[in-house]
Amino acid sequence: MANTVRAIEGFAALADPTRRTIFERLSERPAAVGELARGLPVSRPAVSQHLRVLKEAGLVTEVAAGTRRIYRLDPRGIGAMRDWLDAHWATALDAFREFADREFDGAQPEKRKRK
Amino acid sequence: MSIAPILRTVRVKAPPARAFELFATRMADWWPRGRTIGRKPHVEIVVEPRAEGRWFERDAEGNETQWGKVLAWEPPSRLLLAWQINTQWHYDPSLLTEVELTFAAAEDGGTLVTLEHRRLERFGTDAVSHSDKLRGGWPTHLDDFARFADSVS
Repeated sequence: MANTVRAIEGFAALADPTRRTIFERLSERPAAVGELARGLPVSRPAVSQHLRVLKEAGLVTEVAAGTRRIYRLDPRGIGAMRDWLDAHWATALDAFREFADREFDGAQPEKRKRK
Repeated sequence: MSIAPILRTVRVKAPPARAFELFATRMADWWPRGRTIGRKPHVEIVVEPRAEGRWFERDAEGNETQWGKVLAWEPPSRLLLAWQINTQWHYDPSLLTEVELTFAAAEDGGTLVTLEHRRLERFGTDAVSHSDKLRGGWPTHLDDFARFADSVS
């Protein structure tokens, strides 16, 4: 459940297009606020705010580099988002396999008898 | 590609053409109950057999609930679907994530069915109330997020 909530925080954080852009840039390489603000139609303080939201959602983490703070993706938060969907597809595909094998066996009674 | 896609493979006994057929044309027979999004239980899940075909469920009264659409219909080896269900389990035509199925012949005559769900970074809309529903409450820092989101939009 904790992971589910974590995953949804991630989805919520990425609902905002500017945050999605920031997130995508950080997926290319770690960056400081100044670098991220360049080329974005928002102010540097706004970028900092977006980074804070991404950080709280567990998607981004920061490290100090001298006087600057470098932001990078946090693989733990991203993992939670994927886990949420992963569990969904695990259930669905297992159900498909059971159904498909039952159908296949049912269509081949002769072959099954010989085994 | 911002978020690594979900990848999952299952092996089924049927050959690829049959596996493709069972997957795409008998979806209502295997899709887990309670994991559909219509207001009433589904009696059919339809994947229209062509590119640009619709993907939807239908209840006993004939009401249809859209899930997405077919991006590529290439039996027996590949099916590409647009999953347009958001994190609130509602159809959202502005959202497009991709679910690709490949059906590869296995040595024993069966099929390796591989699912890839990608473009996951496109999720997000309405996630707040979804979480409310899930846990009957909302953590404090997400209240902070909601206030922040309102203040900047």
